Amino acid sequence: MSMEQIYEGAIKDPTQQPKKLLRKAYDGTIIAMTYAEILLNRAIKDFGTEQLVSYPDTAYALPVITCLSGEKVTKLGELVPILNRMRTQVRTELTFENGRLWGESTLYAAEVIETIKYLRGDDPKVKPWTGFLGDPIVRKHGIKMVDWTIPGVAVILGRAKDSKAAKKLVDNLMGKGFMIFLCDEIIEQLLEENVKIGVDYIAFPLGNFTSVIHAVNYAFRAGLAFGGIPAGERENHRDYQRRRIRAFVLHLGERDDVKVAASMGAIFMGFPVLTDQPLAEDDQIPDWYISEPDYEKIVPLAMEIRGIKLTNVEIPIPINFGPAFEGETIRKNDTYVEFGGGRTTAFELVQMVGPDQIVDGQVTVIGPEIDSVPEGSKLPLGIKIDIFGRKMQADFEGVLERRIHYFANYGEGIWHVAQRDLCWVRVSKEARANGFLIKHLGELLLAKLKEEFPAIVDRVQVTILTDQKAVEEGLVLAREKYRARDDRMRSLTDESVETFYSCLLCQSFAPNHVCIVTPERVGLCGAVSWLDARASFEITPNGPNQPIPKGPAIDELKGMWQSTNDYLYKASNNTLEEVNLYTLMDRPMTSCGCFEAIMAIVPEANGLMITTREHSGMTPCGMNFSTLAGTCGGGMQTPGFMGIGRTYLLSKKFIPADGGLARIVWMPKELKDFLREDFVQRSIDEGLGADFIDKIADESVGTTVEEIVPFLEENGHPCFDLESLM
Amino acid sequence: MPRYRDLTHTARPSDAKRVVDPKSNIRTTDPGALQMLKMVEESKIESVFDRVVAQQPQCTFGYNGICCKICIAGPCRIKKEEGPGSRGICGASAYTIVSRNLVRYIAGGAASHSEHARHILHTAHALVEGKAPDYEIKSPAKLLKLAEKLGIATLNRENMEILKDVVELGYADFGRYQDRPIAFLDSFLNEGRRKKFQHTNIMPTAIDGSVTEIIAQTAMGVDSDPVNIIFGGLKTALSDLAGSYIGTNISDILFGIPEPIVSEANLGVINPKMVNIAVHGHNPVLSEMVVSAARAMKEDAKKVGAEGINIVGICCTGNELLMREGVYLATSSASQEMAIMTGALDAMVVDIQCIYPSVQTVAECFHTKVVTTEFMMKIPGAQHIAFNTATAMADAKRLISIAIEAYKHRDPKKISIPNERHHVVAGFSIEALTEVFSKVCPDRPISVLTDAILSGQLKGVALLAGCNNLKRLQDESHITVLKELVKNDVFVIATGCSAGAYAKFGLMSPSAVDAYAGDGLKSFLKTLEEANPQLSTGLPLVFHMGACVDNSRGMDLAIAMADELGVDVPKVPFVASAPEAMHEKAISIGSWAVTMGLPVHVGSLPPVEGSDLVFGVTTQIAHDVFGGNFIFEVDPLIGATKLLDALEYRTWKLGIHKITAEKNETSLAQGW
Repeated sequence: MSMEQIYEGAIKDPTQQPKKLLRKAYDGTIIAMTYAEILLNRAIKDFGTEQLVSYPDTAYALPVITCLSGEKVTKLGELVPILNRMRTQVRTELTFENGRLWGESTLYAAEVIETIKYLRGDDPKVKPWTGFLGDPIVRKHGIKMVDWTIPGVAVILGRAKDSKAAKKLVDNLMGKGFMIFLCDEIIEQLLEENVKIGVDYIAFPLGNFTSVIHAVNYAFRAGLAFGGIPAGERENHRDYQRRRIRAFVLHLGERDDVKVAASMGAIFMGFPVLTDQPLAEDDQIPDWYISEPDYEKIVPLAMEIRGIKLTNVEIPIPINFGPAFEGETIRKNDTYVEFGGGRTTAFELVQMVGPDQIVDGQVTVIGPEIDSVPEGSKLPLGIKIDIFGRKMQADFEGVLERRIHYFANYGEGIWHVAQRDLCWVRVSKEARANGFLIKHLGELLLAKLKEEFPAIVDRVQVTILTDQKAVEEGLVLAREKYRARDDRMRSLTDESVETFYSCLLCQSFAPNHVCIVTPERVGLCGAVSWLDARASFEITPNGPNQPIPKGPAIDELKGMWQSTNDYLYKASNNTLEEVNLYTLMDRPMTSCGCFEAIMAIVPEANGLMITTREHSGMTPCGMNFSTLAGTCGGGMQTPGFMGIGRTYLLSKKFIPADGGLARIVWMPKELKDFLREDFVQRSIDEGLGADFIDKIADESVGTTVEEIVPFLEENGHPCFDLESLM
Repeated sequence: MPRYRDLTHTARPSDAKRVVDPKSNIRTTDPGALQMLKMVEESKIESVFDRVVAQQPQCTFGYNGICCKICIAGPCRIKKEEGPGSRGICGASAYTIVSRNLVRYIAGGAASHSEHARHILHTAHALVEGKAPDYEIKSPAKLLKLAEKLGIATLNRENMEILKDVVELGYADFGRYQDRPIAFLDSFLNEGRRKKFQHTNIMPTAIDGSVTEIIAQTAMGVDSDPVNIIFGGLKTALSDLAGSYIGTNISDILFGIPEPIVSEANLGVINPKMVNIAVHGHNPVLSEMVVSAARAMKEDAKKVGAEGINIVGICCTGNELLMREGVYLATSSASQEMAIMTGALDAMVVDIQCIYPSVQTVAECFHTKVVTTEFMMKIPGAQHIAFNTATAMADAKRLISIAIEAYKHRDPKKISIPNERHHVVAGFSIEALTEVFSKVCPDRPISVLTDAILSGQLKGVALLAGCNNLKRLQDESHITVLKELVKNDVFVIATGCSAGAYAKFGLMSPSAVDAYAGDGLKSFLKTLEEANPQLSTGLPLVFHMGACVDNSRGMDLAIAMADELGVDVPKVPFVASAPEAMHEKAISIGSWAVTMGLPVHVGSLPPVEGSDLVFGVTTQIAHDVFGGNFIFEVDPLIGATKLLDALEYRTWKLGIHKITAEKNETSLAQGW
């Protein structure tokens, strides 16, 4: 179906256009276009046509324009013909069809206005306001978008009828896992009600007025970064937006012409707009621009129109719950009680049990509950989760145990880091004040495990230990389990298994991208290991993770199998024929876009460098993460560049065909620190010595080839002795 | 656009009637004017109130701004929503016609204020040239302060030399062709506003140029883009502000910086035993001389049987003299004819602006002599004495002589003076106000005000300004808005005929504080009074800042508050209101106040309703771009509520931004 077809039927009788609405949209378009023109020509007068313009940290220039027209604007003067083109498509006749074009023009105008704001340094943003969101943020949340952890996107602009209603609305959306963009007074309303918003909460307070374009800038980059749709394929990008980005707009409070024009821009992208203002019939467009003054009904209606269905269960705990809170940190001063983290004894353990050893749905707390201890207490902790499932396997224990980290962090006011006997948990004062008890953590884990793993989990029982003696006893058993599991993991190698798994999760966003997950190569998002994929297959046999029986290899060194090639061809919609799993130089694995890190060759050093989403600085290949990431992704093979999961560096199968670990000549300090202990061990195993990590350059040495090569030479980095990469 | 807590507060005005009691010619609430009307009821003298009735119903095309008379193919009117009738003959749509008409009002306002400024500059220039023997630099302190702001060297220089440079720069501001901002405007802006004006391309480079330019821009067949036209209009409006700033500051240099002063107001100040001379209009250049001349000619008055000479002021000339000399304020704009009706006014000496041509018609019923003094302002039937800077005192004396002569011809039967007169405390220039605050906090005087707002003791600051507009009853809206604001602890400053109304009603007196101020405002004023024992009077309920040209003093305060709070003006809890706007100058002032980042309430609709686009830009989008916006509301009580909403909006946001910045350890968010 073509994009234009989706609007058919909205206007039943073309002679009966919703003129009231269209007139507002038309007026708003004129205002936006002229305002953009005034700012642009003044800026040209001040800076000249050659002045460079850009948003911070993106490889996609001005994304709205890049996406829709393919013009990668870098200079101020280039905006003049573009804006003029958009001015000339503003026709006066009041029709819905023209309305969508006004909307498109308004998106351009807003982009120009915001670009000039950035050029001039006007209206600098302080936390939690975000303004333009850089590529790393887009990529970071990519995986949650594709696996529908984030089921949709809500753009809320204006002001809710009161701050309490704003909070209720946003709490509800956060609980459902929505990504939220906010513009105008709703931001202050939420801050007033202490709702957690900001980049850490997937709820982005963009700013005021034309800042709303940064929601569009975010959405359009998904098509470029994950969808692999070339810049300028306007119709394909619109189609991608409509299909993949399940967004809707809530326009709250009194409307103005410019916002109505911008709403037409949203409709142009395939997103419906709902407002809480009571509107006359000729001020609405069925299914596209709708009045719903009832706050209880507005979100369900928006989801219905957008086709967003949720399977989430409601968990009866006194705190909000959802991916929005995953990034929440709880500082010491905000902590009511903490567990583990080296301060007290702690462990967590998921174990398979027989049907007789379990009371399904039971949560038991052994030891003091947190309402009986004073603020600032430190308690020992044991989280024991017993699982019975007819299709449960011991191999899945670790998979499910790792979910404790994610599920716990989804709770607002609960903070969890690390795993096993290193785990560290904090409960905030706020959560405690809302009535949170440690037993609720058990209930939360119980509910989520049942919800997400129904195929392998039949019965769950959670025991939370806060009694020192009980924890110590439990720890002994847990450590035995960990040891056994580690032994098993060591035996799991690419050679020792008969089956690899695919991961096509990201195809909802990157339709041609295929990940092949092996025991020794974690998915590039860092989130899907071989065991995860296997468990996922058990849960959803027709789901995104499919077994690939390995069969005989075509090339053992580079890692090519007939079976993986066959699978790749079909799964990439016949666009790719062959893939090598163990090299980045020859037909390497594709990247979807949500990779944690990216590696690229540094020919001058005969090695390769790695940079991460967390590192925004420059690198020796002359590009920062965002720019580098923009060169691969979208399901294309790009020899010399590859997106990876960070822990892939620790694998014995880390690009063995290219020389493995010894090739690494540069990585950011942050990554060194993150991997240090295991990396050193791997270096020793590879015969590179414990000090290899120090021979690798980082940003303190330099971010250019000229700076790092002398360092590598002085420190005797092995890269120069390796076979030539090129 | 701002969306307020009060959901009933939208950009649209309430349903209140646009003209109240259209058939009633009792169109004032001023107790002095009411008494006067009663007293002359029998004589059937035609007044402005009768003419308002006669004009009803007024043309709705004109009222909505959709009548175009820019070329003589017209007049064209927008009659339909679609088709040929929805455009003028040339094809101009409603939004083009409305915006063009609107900015031409601004051009008129800017021309007026800058004419006033030009006259004062000429006077200063003549002084520098040694050709104005009757004038002096009365406030060297102000001269030095202004020169420093303008970047003019002051060290080891004679005052006259410095003034010469100031005047030259002022002249340059009128006619500059280089691309650099009007110096007088630029000199007092904060960084945020300066950037905003530059980036939106509305920073004017010359006063005369921007007035001419907007007329050219809106000629037949030139600009039809409403937004471009409005931005052009805003540039012109800013040159009005520049003109006002020149007017206020040079006047202060020549005639002194106003200081707290006590006087009286309303028609009762006309003294049957004295020779009464009303000075009316806007310009202090002549009237200051009249005051001096009157002092010198007391004996001449006695010779004809009077006890002396009583100068009274009307309109903004009255405000200028009240502020600096403590001259009585007889009345304000809409009741100017009433002063003559007392039968005891011997002469009305007028300069420019807001002078009803009808004063001469009314004067014909009495012995009163109307005298015009400016080349551009004459009235058929009235005497004209050309006023010259070089012969200022002699000219002024001649005017006094005319009044003394007229006194002899008074008809005692026609004398009927209302007994209404009220105590007034005026004279609050920004310097005087700062001085009062500094007694509480010498290092950061303005923090006295901003801290009171942050603590909730005060709800904010309101500048009440503007004219009389008889679509409603005279002064009713001024008084209603004021009472509502002070009841809700708003610190109010006033100028022009708004200030005139408060003076006439006795609301500019210390006794009004107890009667009308809310507890927060009362305690705030008490704190100020206790810290200022040197003042011979208590503080008033509302602070008189001067004539309409002195709205520039209000901007000095807004910027000082912004600096104190570390924000740009749009975040300052400061609003403006012209409850009874009438003159083109009011449209111009309102427009620059919006660009300065202030919510501006206007109690009488300017002709913008004929275009939703223009209405939306002025009331909504202006906030997004400049931080200020118009609030059009004719019902004064609802208008006051909307002003309080606008203040609450700012304190609410500022409060949340402050807490958020503390929590996240960042600087204060600059967005509004």
